[in-house]
Amino acid sequence: MPLKVALKRAERSRNLRALALIAPLFLFIVLTFAAPIGMLLFRAVYDPDLGRNLPATTEAIQSWNGEGLPDETVYAALAADLKAAQENKTAGQIGKRLNYEMSGTRSKILATARMVAKLESGPYKEAFIKQDQRIWGQPDVWHILKRETKPFTGYYLLASLDHQFDGNGNIVKTSPDQAIFIDIFIRTLWIAFLVTIFTLLLGYPIAYLLASLPTSTSNLLMILVLVPFWTSLLVRTTAWVVLLQTNGVINDALIWLGILHDRIQLIFNRGGTVLAMTHIQLPFTILPIYSVMKTISPSYMRAARSLGGGPFYSFWRIYFPQTVPGIGAGCLLTFILSLGYYITPALVGGPADQMISYFVALYTNTELNWGMASALGGLLLAMTLILYVVYNRLVGIDKVKLG
Amino acid sequence: MALPTYASKIERAWRWIFLAICVLILLFLIAPILVITPLSFSSEPFFTYPLPGLSLRWYIDFFTSDRWRIAVMNSIIVAVSSTALSTFLGTLAALGLSRTKLPFRGAIMSLLISPMVVPIVITAVGMYFFYATIGLANTYLGLILAHSALATPFVVITVTATLTGFDQSLTRAAASLGASGTRTFFKVTLPLILPGVTSGALFAFVTSWDEVVVALFLASPEQRTLPRQMFSGIREQISPTITAAATLLICLSILLLLSVELLRRRSERLRGIRS
Repeated sequence: MPLKVALKRAERSRNLRALALIAPLFLFIVLTFAAPIGMLLFRAVYDPDLGRNLPATTEAIQSWNGEGLPDETVYAALAADLKAAQENKTAGQIGKRLNYEMSGTRSKILATARMVAKLESGPYKEAFIKQDQRIWGQPDVWHILKRETKPFTGYYLLASLDHQFDGNGNIVKTSPDQAIFIDIFIRTLWIAFLVTIFTLLLGYPIAYLLASLPTSTSNLLMILVLVPFWTSLLVRTTAWVVLLQTNGVINDALIWLGILHDRIQLIFNRGGTVLAMTHIQLPFTILPIYSVMKTISPSYMRAARSLGGGPFYSFWRIYFPQTVPGIGAGCLLTFILSLGYYITPALVGGPADQMISYFVALYTNTELNWGMASALGGLLLAMTLILYVVYNRLVGIDKVKLG
Repeated sequence: MALPTYASKIERAWRWIFLAICVLILLFLIAPILVITPLSFSSEPFFTYPLPGLSLRWYIDFFTSDRWRIAVMNSIIVAVSSTALSTFLGTLAALGLSRTKLPFRGAIMSLLISPMVVPIVITAVGMYFFYATIGLANTYLGLILAHSALATPFVVITVTATLTGFDQSLTRAAASLGASGTRTFFKVTLPLILPGVTSGALFAFVTSWDEVVVALFLASPEQRTLPRQMFSGIREQISPTITAAATLLICLSILLLLSVELLRRRSERLRGIRS
C-alpha cells in the first residue's frame, strides 16, 4: 500500500474516533438545548391555534375577496365553528387571539358565541350584525380571520417591531399608544451601553494597576476582582437590594456624611439598575483588558519617554493603542451579556427599567402569549448572535477567560 | 510599579491620585460583599449599621426552617447530578475536539458552546415550552438535563484549554510501548488532565448551583432550588435569613475559587508550564 493511502486511512480513522468522542455531547446539546431553542424560534412564526379552532371558517373565508363583507356562507361557517367552540370551551382562546390585534374583541367573541349557541338556523349574517354591528358589520375582523387562520403568521414578529398588517395586507406602523417594543429594545441597548461604558471607565484603571504591579501584590489584589466574579449573580443582586433600600446602608452613609438631609429613593430606578449591573459586569471587562496589558512590554513606554514624550502623551500615543484589543474584547463581552439581563433589573429596577428579557418572561408566564414571547426572544437572540459572531472573529469564543 | 527616577512632580502627584481612584474602585467591587456579611450576624431584622447586637439567629433560621432546608437539598441533588453528567460528556467531547485537524471543528465547537452564549431567559423559555411537551417540566430530571446543558460549555472550554498544552509524545510513547488506547488514556492522559477536568467540574457545579432563571421556569415549588428560594424571598419580603444564605454562598464561592486556582497551578506544573 502506498504511504499516502495508508496515511490518509490513519487520518480518517483518527477523525472518526474524535467524532465518536464528540457525538454524545453533540446529541445531548441538540436534544436538550438546540431543539428547545429551535422550537421557540418556530413558535414565533407558527401559530396554528386559530385555524384549528375555526376549521370551517378557515376554508370558507378563502372565497372572500376582501372587499365589503363576506357573504352568508362565511358567516354560517363561523357560526358553526363558534357553536363547537362554545361546547369545547375554546371560545376564550379564539377571543384572546383576536384580541391581540383588535382590543376589546374578546368579550364580543364570547357574547357572540353564547348568542350563536342558542340559534337554531340562519340567516346568520343578519344575526351576527344585529348582535354587534361594530365588529361583525365591519370588514376588519374578517381581514384578521382570513390572514391569521393560516398556520404561519408574521404577526408576532411584526408586532415585536411595532408594526402590523392593515386591512389590505400592507405592513403599517402600530398606533403610538400600543407601540412599546421598539422603545424596549432601545432601552435594552441603552442600559447595556451605559453599563459597558461605566465598566470600562472603572475597569481600565484597575486592569492597569494589576498589570503594572509586581506579581505577588497583583495576585493579592486580583482576589478582590475574582471574589465578586465567582460570587453568584443573585447574591450580588441581593447585596445591592439590601444596600440601596431607602432605609439601607447607602442612605445611612450619605446622611451620616451630611451629603443628604432626607432619604432618597435609590432602588427600583434606572440609577440603581445600572449601578448593580456595572458592579456585576466589572470583572468581565477587567479580565480581558488585564490579560492584554500583561503582554505589553514596558520597554515601549521607556522608549517613548527617552525620545522625549511626556508621561501623558506617551501613555496616550504608545500604551493606550496597544490595549485597544483588550478594550474591544472586554466591552463587547460585557455589552453582549448585559443585553440578556433579567434577574438584576427585575429585582433592582422599576417598571421603566425592565429589559427585553423581562418581557419574554412576562409574555410566557403572565400574559400566556407564547407567540409574542417567542418573537421577542427570537429578536433578542438574533441581536446577541450577531454580536457574538463579531466577538468570535475578534477574540475566539473558546478563549473566554474563566478566572 | 515604582516610578522611574526621571518622573516629574506632576507625574508623582498623578500617581497618588491614580492610586486613590483605584482604591475607591476596588472598594466598590468588594463593598457589597463586605457590607452584607456582617448584616447576617445582626440581632435585629434591620439592614442598618451600627449593628444593634450580634446573633446567629438568621443562621439558625436558615438551617432549621423546612423551606430553606428543602431548597438546599434540591440544589445539592441537581448540582451534583448535572456536574457528573456535564463533566463526563464535556470531557469526552474535549478529547475529541483536541484534534485540531478535525473537519467542521469550529462549527461543532460553536454549537457546544452555545448554551453559554444564548441569553438565559431565551434558554429558559425554550426549555419551558419544549420540556412541557415531552413531560419533563416540573421534574428533577428536566432540571438536571437543563443545568447540564448550561454547564457543559465550561467543562469543554476548561478541558480543551488543558489539552492544548498536552504533550502528545507521551501518548505516542505509551502506544509504542504496547499500551492499548484505553490503558493509555487512564494511565497517561487522565492523570495529567485531571486538574483541568476537576476545575471544569467545579465550574459546572457553580453554574448549576447559582442558576436561577431556568429553575424559575422549569421547576415546580417541589423542586425549588436555593437561588430560586432566595429570588422569591427578595421579591416578597426581604428577610435577614437571605443575608445569612448569601454569606454562606459567598464562603462557598471563595472556597471554589481557591480550589480552581490551586488546580490551575497544579495543572501547569504537571504539564511543565512555568508561569
